[in-house]
Formats: sequence, C-alpha cells, structure tokens
Amino acid sequence: MTDLLRPRVLGRSPRRVDGPAKVTGTARYAGDQHVVDPAHLHLVQAEVARGVLTEVEVGAARALDGVLAVLTPDNAPRLASARDAELAALQSHDVAFRGQVVAAVVARTREIAREAAALVRVRIDPRPHDVHLSADRDDLYAPEKVNGGADTDTSRGDLGTGLAHSPFTLDQTYTTAWYNNNPMEPHTTTALWLDGDLVLYDSTQGVHTTRQATAKVLGLDPRRVHVISPHVGGGFGAKGTAHVHAIVAAMAARAVPGTPVKLALTRQQMFSLVGYRTPTVQRVRMGCDADGRLAAVALDAVSQTSRVKEFAEQTARPTRMMYAAPNRRTTHRLAALDVPVPSWMRAPGECPGMFGPEVAVDELAAACGVDPVEFRVRNEPDVDPETGKPFSSRNLVACLREGARRFGWEHRDPTPRAREEAGWLVGTGVAASTYPVSRTPGSVAAIRCTGPGRYLVRIGAADLGTGTWTSLAQVAADALGVDFGDVELRIGDTALPEASVAGGSSGITSWGSTVVAAAEALRERFGDDPAAGDEVRAGMPDNPAAGRYAMHAFGAQFAEVRVHVDTGEVRVARLLGVFAVGRVVNPRLARSQLVGGMTMGLSMALHEHSVVDERFGHVVNHDFAEYHIATNADVPRVEAHWVEEHDPHTNPMGTKGVGEIGIVGTAAAIANAAHHATGVRVRDLPITLDHFL
Amino acid sequence: MPFDYRRAPDPESAVAAATGWSGVAFLAGGTNLVDHLKLGLVAPDVLVDISRLPLDAVDELPDGGLRVGATVRNTDLAAHPVVRRDYPVLARAVLSGASGQIRNLATTGGNLLQRTRCVYFQDITTPCNKREPGTGCSAIGGYTRHHAILGASAHCVATHPSDMAVAMAALDAQVAVLGEGGRRVVPLVELHRLPGDEPHRDTVLSPADLITWVDLPPLPPGTRSLYRKVRDRASFAFALVSVAAVLRVERGVVRDVRIALGGVAHKPWRARRAEDVLRGERTGEEVFRRAIDAELAGAAPLAGNGFKVPLTRNLVVSALRELSRGER
Amino acid sequence: MDGEIELRVDGRRRRLRVDTRTTLLDALRDGVGALAPKKGCDHGQCGACTVLLDGRRAITCLALAVAHDGAEVTTAEGLADGERLHPVQEAFLERDALQCGFCTPGQVCSAVGVLDELAAGHPSAVTADLTGPVEATDDEVRERMSGNLCRCGAYVGIVAAVRDGAR
Repeated sequence: MTDLLRPRVLGRSPRRVDGPAKVTGTARYAGDQHVVDPAHLHLVQAEVARGVLTEVEVGAARALDGVLAVLTPDNAPRLASARDAELAALQSHDVAFRGQVVAAVVARTREIAREAAALVRVRIDPRPHDVHLSADRDDLYAPEKVNGGADTDTSRGDLGTGLAHSPFTLDQTYTTAWYNNNPMEPHTTTALWLDGDLVLYDSTQGVHTTRQATAKVLGLDPRRVHVISPHVGGGFGAKGTAHVHAIVAAMAARAVPGTPVKLALTRQQMFSLVGYRTPTVQRVRMGCDADGRLAAVALDAVSQTSRVKEFAEQTARPTRMMYAAPNRRTTHRLAALDVPVPSWMRAPGECPGMFGPEVAVDELAAACGVDPVEFRVRNEPDVDPETGKPFSSRNLVACLREGARRFGWEHRDPTPRAREEAGWLVGTGVAASTYPVSRTPGSVAAIRCTGPGRYLVRIGAADLGTGTWTSLAQVAADALGVDFGDVELRIGDTALPEASVAGGSSGITSWGSTVVAAAEALRERFGDDPAAGDEVRAGMPDNPAAGRYAMHAFGAQFAEVRVHVDTGEVRVARLLGVFAVGRVVNPRLARSQLVGGMTMGLSMALHEHSVVDERFGHVVNHDFAEYHIATNADVPRVEAHWVEEHDPHTNPMGTKGVGEIGIVGTAAAIANAAHHATGVRVRDLPITLDHFL
Repeated sequence: MPFDYRRAPDPESAVAAATGWSGVAFLAGGTNLVDHLKLGLVAPDVLVDISRLPLDAVDELPDGGLRVGATVRNTDLAAHPVVRRDYPVLARAVLSGASGQIRNLATTGGNLLQRTRCVYFQDITTPCNKREPGTGCSAIGGYTRHHAILGASAHCVATHPSDMAVAMAALDAQVAVLGEGGRRVVPLVELHRLPGDEPHRDTVLSPADLITWVDLPPLPPGTRSLYRKVRDRASFAFALVSVAAVLRVERGVVRDVRIALGGVAHKPWRARRAEDVLRGERTGEEVFRRAIDAELAGAAPLAGNGFKVPLTRNLVVSALRELSRGER
Repeated sequence: MDGEIELRVDGRRRRLRVDTRTTLLDALRDGVGALAPKKGCDHGQCGACTVLLDGRRAITCLALAVAHDGAEVTTAEGLADGERLHPVQEAFLERDALQCGFCTPGQVCSAVGVLDELAAGHPSAVTADLTGPVEATDDEVRERMSGNLCRCGAYVGIVAAVRDGAR
C-alpha cells in the first residue's frame, strides 16, 4: 500500500503547456531544429524482398553537382555492433526485405539528394521470397517469450473437457490486418558530429533509449551521444525503438565532416523502415453454460516476424486475465517471413488481441441468449485467473454498467437487422477494454530549488502528444507541494537525467514515481524550505506491491454503427467509452488521450489495412491516399468518461496510464454493432462496405 | 531531374512553347504534376506555367449554357451561383473530390487531365504498362480495389480518378482545345480513352494541346441531376464507385437521361446501354434495375473488386429513385 | 535550374533563389525559415503543410515555389499577433484540439480558411441545399476539415474549436 499523493494540482485541467507553441507552429520538432548549412540525406531502398546485392553503381549519382557522399554496403564504415539486424545499416549485401536501405546519398539540397538517389543503380540477385502469413503454415514456431516478457503459451485446467461439457461453444477464426503507425511527423533525424561527439535531433519516444541503441551500434561511449527531442509529432510505438534511419544519418554525417545532415523519411519509406503492427490470425474457442458462464477459453494467435529479427506480438496476453473460466489455454506462434521488422504499435498485444475474443464473446452471448453486457459481468473473475493474484483494483463491471447507462443500452432490442433509419441499418455493440499497468525501470529525476517555493524538475522524459510537459509538471507540483506555475519541467534531452521510454502507457507511472521520489529526497535532505540551489537526484523506487497484485486498467466501449442499405457504407455514428484508469492526472488531457485512442480504434475497425502484394513483397498502398486513416468526417461523436477509482498500489499518484487503453476493444465494439445492424458477422478487419453488399 | 520553368503570357504562346517538345508539361495547380515529379513518374525538361493565363472565369453563354475556364479553381467552380443552381451534379462532384485546400489550387483543366491513382502506376518499383509500355500490368493479379470493371484491357485495368469529369460526362460537356493546328472542340466523353493496347495514352490530346475551357450545354427546365460517390471513408478519398445522373421526367416518362459512372473504368463511363433502356419508359424500380443490369452485363470484375458490380447496380438504382422522386 | 522569387510571409517580404523543383513548402521551411507548415506526406494527402496562400487555405507541398512568385503567405505563426493568439488558436487550446501538435499549424490555417469559406457562403459536399445559405454545423465543419489528417485523433476537439472560433 502506497500513500497516495494528496491531489491539489492532480485532477485539475491546466491547458497544455506546449499548446501555444504548437498552435502557432513554433514548437521545434526534429526537422525544425536550427543547424548551420545542413546537407540532406535521401535513402535508396531494395526493390526485391530477398536477394543478394551484386552491385551498387554510384558513378552517376556521385557525378551530380551538389552530391557530397554516397554510402553503400561497399564503402560504408563497419559498425561496432551488427547484432541488431534492423540497425545494421549497409553492413551486409544480403537483402532481407523489400525496402531495406541499400544506399544513401548526401547532397547540398533535398532536390539534388532525391535526384541522385534515383541515379543509384542497384543490382540484386533475387532469391525466392515468402511474405505469406497463414495459420496453416507448417513452419510456424513458438518464440521463447513474447513482447513484454510474457510466456509464449499458458494452460490451466483442461480445455477439451471444458469445451466438451459446454452446451454452447464457439470455434472461430478472426484476423486483424497489417497496420502502420503512421504518426503525422515522419521519422526525422538531424545528425551532427562535434569533436567526436554525436548530436542527434531525433523524433523519438525516448532520448536515452535512442542514445543507448545508437551508441552501441556506432561503438561510442553513450555519454558522447546527445539526443534532443523536445517535441515529437506522434509515435504510437514507431518511435519507441531506434530504427535504421538514425544510424544512417549518423554514418552520413560522419562522411561529411563538419556538416550537419538532415534526414526525414518519406511517408512511403515509413511503411518498411520504422516497424508496424503485425497482422494476426486468432483462433478463439470458448464454451459456456446456458447462463453464459464460461467453462473454457482459448486463444491461439499467429503473427509474423522478420526473418532477421524477431518481434513476437503478445496477442493472447489479455485473454489470460479478462474472464473467469476454469479451463484455459493460450498460444503464440510466429511465421518468420521476408518482411520488414514488426514492432510496437499502440497497445501491442492488447489491441489486436482484444478483437477476436471480444467479438467471440458477442457471438457466444447471442448464442446463449444473454445480453453481452451481462455476459461479461457474469464472467468477472475474483482474482487474476492466470496467476491467482488479486487485482490491485478491477472495475470492469462498473465501466460496463456506467457505459450502458450513459449509452442507453437498456432499451436495446438484441435482434440483428431490426432497425432502419432513412436507408441506414442501425446497430449497437459493446466490447471490453483492458491494458496492464506497466513500470519501466531506469529513470532518474533531478529537482533543484530555484527560489522560494520554485523548482526546476529535470528528467529525460518524452512528450509525443501524450501531455507529459503538462501532466508530469502537475505530478511534480503535488509532490513538492507547490502550485503548478511554480514548477519548471525540462524533458526530451539526454543532457537531463536518464528516463525510460514513453511506451506501454508507463510514462506517468515510471517518471511520476521518480519525480515523487526526488521530491521526497529533496525534503529529506533540505527540509520543507530548501534554499535556491539545493538539488537532489533520485531514481525510480521499487514498488513492493508490484509482485503481489495484478494491475490493469479496464474499460467498456459502446458503438452505434450505421450501414447503408444500398451501398454497404459503414459509419460509426457514436462511440462511448467508460474507463477505470485509476486517478486521472489532467482530465482535459486524459480525455484527449482516451478519445484519441478510440478514434484510432475506429480507424482500425473501418479503414486501416496495409495491403501486401505477395508477388513483390511490399505494402503497395504505402501513402495517406491509399492507407486510409479516419478523417474528421469519419468521427462524428466520440466520448470518453471514467469511473472513480482509488488504487493505492500502482504508484504514488494512483494512476494506471491512459495512452493505450482507448484503442483496445474499439474495433470489436464496432464489429459487434455492425453485426447487430446487419446480421452480418465480420471476423476479418477492416469492416468495409463490400461485406454488406 | 531539374527542369526549365517558363510562364506563358497567353494560351497561344503556351502551345507554341510546348510544340515540338516531348519533354514539356503544362503546370496549373500542380496538385497532380508535382506529385508525379516527386514520385519519378515524369521527368519533363520544361514546365510551362499556365496558371496565370486569363482562363479563370466562369461565363454564362448566350444559349443558357456555361463556359468554365481551364484555370478556374475547383473551389470557385463549385461555389459559382449558376453552377449551384443549374448544375448541382457538377457542384457536388467537384465538392466530393480531394479536400478544400486542394480544391483551392486544382484547376478545371488539370482535374480532367489528372492521371490514375493505381498504386502500381504510382510506384516506379513495379511494372506498369501505363508508365512504361510493355512492362506488364501489376494490378492484374494484385491489389484491385480501385480498379476497373468496365472497358479494361489485358494491358491496363486502371480507373480515372476524377469526380468532376464524371459529372461533366453526364452533362455532355464540350472541351475546347488549343493545339498546334488551332482550336478544336472535343466532346468530354471522347476526351479520355479506354486503355486498349496503348494504356500510356490517357486522352486523345497531344502533349502541346492546351485545354482552354469547358462548355456546359444548358439543361432543359425540369431536368434534375445529382452526384453520388461511394468511397472507403467519409471524405478525402477517391471513389470506389460514383454516379452522375441527369434525368428529366414528364408525366412519369423518362424524356432525357444521362448516366455517367466513376471509379469503374479508364474514363468517365457513360452508361449508354442503361440510358437506352430508360429513355421513353415509365420510371420505376424494375426498369431502373433492368437498365443498369443491361449496362453491367458487360462488366468484367477482377479478383478483388467484384463488389463493384452490385455496388454500381445499387447506387444507380438509388440515384434514379431519388431523382424520379423529385429531389434535385 | 534556379529561379528567383519574392514571397510575403507572415507580413515580411522575402526574396530567395529556389531550384525550380523546390516546393513552396520547402521554400518556406528551408529558404524563409517559416517552420509552422509541416511536411507530413509531401504528396497532398495529409494537410499538415496548409497555409493561407493569397488569402485562401492551400497545401504547399504540391505547389512549386517558382510558380508562386509574388504570393502572400500566412502561416499559423503569422495568424497570431505576437503573444496574442488568433481566436481559432485560442479555441484549439481550450478544447485541447491537439496532442502531438504536428498537424496543428495546418489544422489552424485550414480552420481559418473554413470559417472564411462559410462566411462567403461556399457550399460543401454535405450542404443539403446548394443554393441556400450555409451554416457552420458540426457536419459542415467535419467535412470541410477532412483534408487535415490527425493521427492522434483530436477531431472531436477540432470541430468544437472551429465552431468556437466562428463565434
């Protein structure tokens, strides 16, 4: 049990501290940072999915006026570590996926760099490639662990018996698509060498993690790598780990001593170079009695990884703790393909992994005639079904009830295809959301008193739109017992004390706990009234409750979907989510995070799909004209609410994280509503109009 | 590749500047051409900027029709009071294309001459007969959601992406062209080609031909028109299928009908067979169905876009239903 | 090949040499140092580079700089009067109509353009009566703002902010 901070500033809604700079366009992102007389870098990519480079002909490119350097596997300096195949830029002649960087051109201007890149002639001896994901492949394998360190497979009770004794059973396969994170800001790095030190203005979710990764690959003392990233134009996981462009930018800058080098990936390049969410195939089996009580739950998840670097999406993880059922089983299997390296995308694991099961619950509830809200309530576990640990707090039922009330669920006629309004079939659906409370070790915060009751708080945290500039300052204000305006926060720079990556919705838990610890240390050392110049540093403390409790946020999402009778066009008229996320630091900003997650979930449900042409091996709809994300017109009404939740175990703030849970379950709620509207059960995302014609 | 930039003082000089050059392109709003320059689809030696030519007016013609200058911005065309009042099909088509900040740049002539959004055409790493004749069509056997179901060939299955052109096809618009040999008029329905074995040729125009304006014939009183566009998201997306329909019904009998389809062919597709079925018939669900079925009898969907057949059928029937119900 | 152009950006006159291939966006960012317009896609598909060009909202990534010699450009930075924000910018803050902020300068410029278009009575694809007056309904604002993608999903707040800005 932790003594929670007494909330004075926590729970208030100051406006975004960085807001004025952002609405005027004066916030400096990686590509906006001023450097003197920069050169520009353009990448050349492999045009086959597998093969061996036989020749990179750079004569024509080099001959172009204004070209400063051309890097290829033949002339690129050897990196200190090529163990991470994704980062081992230009170290090998092997091509492992279509789009791999095979050369890079540095030139005086963007235009010349682009022109010269087009003049580089790359010859590749092609080998047969395989980018076909299927659950029927005979070469699927079980990874040692899945992302986040969870077990690959789990089993409790006896699934076969559980299913055999259930009067109502379900055995269906669901699929989620290949999704690209597509933050609005393309990955951008400006690299500059100064007396052997490397400066990177980079769009990253973690300046220190980027420093570690680049220092290791380049063989540098991490202290000689300086990463600066005060504002990040979205990431959603794609900027959570270092990607190859940062390495190439550093190599290129070294090739033109004294000249800073700017690299901004093109939107098209982002489809192969910065990670993406793997497509998944989810076989769900469930069995329940006539009252809808589950006896058996199983999810067998198949996803893809690159042949040269493993990423194992933890798709089945949420199934392990969502509902009570004595007989349970989850598995993860991977297909290693000639594809770009998948990685994190907003709520990896939970986001895809709550699609199949939450649609399955809807199907099974309908089969046994139990209302889908009630069905979920009846299967509420007392303790974490997987570990037997108590939940630090679990308010899924409250979310379902409150959501049902706000949404107007009680008058719902469960009959599919029963409502039509002006040529539109109307339906409603529900699904649950969940996301674990994560804490990432490794953060340090420094607090200095700058005057009476005024403090400077420094930590290398990140704000990628999440609101850290504001919310972490609120935490600091309460930890220090001062007003919001008396705290000056600095983040986004390796010159500041080390911070963990902004990922897994762990920011406030990790950085906030650290800041609170530093404030306590300051008070211990200097008393309640420190003098100007008094300063302490403190690391993130352990949370003794971490091992004793299962800690998760929960939510319930309700959707109203309209499907046009003639054209099958699908619109989400309304989305309403109620969440239990512990204490809310800043309601204004938290609402944006939750609504934003739900909006991205809507986009996933209806629009998003990276189409891989298996003949070529790449995503062919690799731009914003063809890879649709929801536009403003697609999002008429999205509301997020939360229930009061007091959780004394997660961290001193009592928070659970709000960055990711909003996208979890949204697609299932929409699929369930689409079924209610039309009677057509769509089990494969996205839910496009052709399903209803 | 770098290119020379020249600003044409008048249409004749623009044509003269372009005559005899293979590497010349006219630049107006730039929203398609500059895109293509960056993608490496085209590499002109010279851009002739026609955006400041005095072709930016919408004028009423003595016969009651309308003359739309080639450099009239899409926004201004859709906002023009006569277009809104007399040609709602055109106003709606223009407004359903692209986005507000693109329509403020894009011009009438450029909209007509925009090229397909086929993902393979736009990706120089894949074969494409339209981009590089003889290399093959990657769309066949590939991603075909936006591809043709009518009038395609074994060499190309691309669709024309314009909304505006579909409405103009239904309005029997006439395109005025200034070329090496002087002025001529090309009916809009004959401006764009079917791919055949020359898919690299989108239109019947030569490189030095300059569209100067588009004439819209007057519509008889009692004519109603509409534009319906179905796409994969609610806005800012190209059509999967669209329909421009113009209908005049007297005492329950179809006197005039013109239907053009977008998103289904290499050009705005005039549904002549459907029109033939409808003309002179009493309006009604059954004849609407019979009409579009006659048109779609010639449909040859690809693997991956078969849904366009029922979608087109339903869309056209619902458009005719609405027009015959009396809404404009 | 180069050309020399003159632009008036946020009230300041600037002469600069540009490659004929240089887009107005790159000329603004690299040449003028006007960094508010952002490059989100470089192909006219996201709206992050939207400015007011000769008074109307326009993307700048598909406009060639040489073709806009003499143009008047207002970026999101120029909409504010020093510390004093434009009412639309103020509304974006109050409604928290932004998260990462990368699309925001384009959203703000687009919003100002939308309000002008509404005031001028321009119809949109969702205007029921093309010949009647137009109103700044939520539906109208949503449709008109759809050329500005926001990956953070701030649309709900953006619509509210644009409507606030209309008052």
